[in-house]
Amino acid sequence: MDSTVERKIDIDGIKDLATQIRRDVIRMIVGVGSGHPGGALGAAELFALLYGGVLHIDPKNLMDPHRDRFVLSNGHICAAFYSALSLAGFLPREELNTFRRINSRLQGHPARVKLPDLVETSSGPLGQGFSVANGIAMAMKLDGSRGRVYCLVGDGEMQEGQVWEAIMTAAHHKLANLTLIVSYNGLQIDGEVRTVKNLMPLREKFESFGWECVEADGHDVVSLYRAFTELSVMNKTDQDKPKAVIAHTVMGKGVPFMENKAVWHGSCPTPAQAEEALLSIGKSKGFEDYPPLSKQTLSRKKGGLK
Amino acid sequence: MIFDKPTPIRDGFGKALLELGEKNPQVVVLTADLSEAIRVHWFAEKFPKRFFQMGIAESDMVGTAAGLAVGGKIPFVTTFAAFATSLANTPVRVSVAYNQANVKIATSHGGVCVGGDGATHQSIEDIALMRVLPGMTIVVPCDANEAYKATLAAAEFRGPLYLRLGRIATPVFTKRNSPFRIGKAQVLEQGSDLAIIACGAMVGLALEASRQLRSKGIYIRVINMHTVKPLDQSAVLKAARECGAIVTLEEHSVIGGLGSAVTEVVSEKYPVPVERVGIQDVFGESGEPDEILSKYGLTTKDLLRACKRVLERKDVKNRA
Repeated sequence: MDSTVERKIDIDGIKDLATQIRRDVIRMIVGVGSGHPGGALGAAELFALLYGGVLHIDPKNLMDPHRDRFVLSNGHICAAFYSALSLAGFLPREELNTFRRINSRLQGHPARVKLPDLVETSSGPLGQGFSVANGIAMAMKLDGSRGRVYCLVGDGEMQEGQVWEAIMTAAHHKLANLTLIVSYNGLQIDGEVRTVKNLMPLREKFESFGWECVEADGHDVVSLYRAFTELSVMNKTDQDKPKAVIAHTVMGKGVPFMENKAVWHGSCPTPAQAEEALLSIGKSKGFEDYPPLSKQTLSRKKGGLK
Repeated sequence: MIFDKPTPIRDGFGKALLELGEKNPQVVVLTADLSEAIRVHWFAEKFPKRFFQMGIAESDMVGTAAGLAVGGKIPFVTTFAAFATSLANTPVRVSVAYNQANVKIATSHGGVCVGGDGATHQSIEDIALMRVLPGMTIVVPCDANEAYKATLAAAEFRGPLYLRLGRIATPVFTKRNSPFRIGKAQVLEQGSDLAIIACGAMVGLALEASRQLRSKGIYIRVINMHTVKPLDQSAVLKAARECGAIVTLEEHSVIGGLGSAVTEVVSEKYPVPVERVGIQDVFGESGEPDEILSKYGLTTKDLLRACKRVLERKDVKNRA
């Protein structure tokens, strides 16, 4: 255990947060009967670390020009995003019940029009969010903001041509205030990324495109945190380069029967499978499962919970 | 700024951007390797920090502009009409329209008068593609003066807006004091035998047809429908009621553009005979502007024939 990292973030607390995100993801998806569990489970530590220790965003001051921004480009894993937002105090916990349902703010893919303060851009068609993140970073540079933009993309998403346009844009326009996180789980709908269309060597690609790039274990909070902060250190020596973190993740992490199986990209578990999944994940210490919608909430549900 | 001799419509845009650069610090401009073609090189020289050269990457440019808008800027993205609306259609749909991002998509080379470049660089479907996107406003200025005013208005307007500009030198019909408001049609001539509803450089043809028919005792209402969406329905319905016959005219496919928009309103609310003059569902080709306009049915003669047809239909209807 790294004592300097431990002083800066609550490692056990973040691991616990990741456990609760996993529980939420399973309950949200089985609750509505559809969704994308694999990538969401695989990004639990990423969301826990971002919303539990890295992002400087205050739910009470969402208009702070110096706040950090988070852009989810692979929008389909939004169950984990919504869960993290609710656990970090940006959304009521019970609103997670409305995920993917009619009149909900929690659309199947994040929608800015439904949650303008929390969703920086709508995403769903892959390769879109990254360009928007670049634009936000440009606006922040023009305004002299001290904030940073973090953008999460999936590995399969990097097959989109627009991603490579955006990689060139970030380097050319010297967006040193941008960190791109690649959740690299090696799988996509039709199978392994390397057989569908190989991306490797990815780190070398980033470097040759003019980026700083480090790799990390996407399920090891200390490794991930070091990757983020090492980049900040590098930031001082090289003021110009955007930063990439390749986070090696496991699709379906935490639920053994889902791990490393492409079919869990977008399949809903049966109620029995969901029970089994929750048993594997275990309970978190510091958080509780989100409660069912109260009658009071149901009566004012239309238009979302405020 | 005022133009008095034939001027490319895009010049009005470029000059207005210069003024906006001075007046509004939030205005930023992006282009995809076409800065002079769309006349943003003037802005680029004067305001280099607020000008983003994006290279030949239209989709990324539009997405980036959406991000700048999310960050509080008023971005103008610029390229050819065909590239912005079909090459970059997904970011226009998701990152601009669905986000309701305050992005202005300004394009030159709308229509078929693009020089010898041919069908790939002409745009006969851009208005149709933009019109079906919820929340997209579409402005098609008829001359350089109107483009100038429309650009200033676009910066003030909140929300996604598509500004379609032409490439070639075009006669100037509007004046410094001609009114311009997004969504409000401009009635240029007040006749009531039939109405010609036109947009863009084609407004000039409508005025010419009106002049020729006046000598035969036929008085035409010429409506400059610079805003195709939201359509000024009251101006269209007033024309339908008072004139009883409508010809639409646009440098665009007759499918999905101004002709469709007018027909939709008229057929639902006050059916009268309508003839649509435009590109008849075919791709264009290389050639000089007058050759292309002639081959594809966009001359005064074509317009007069449409007027004759619609007047005959109006007579038949009135006799019935």
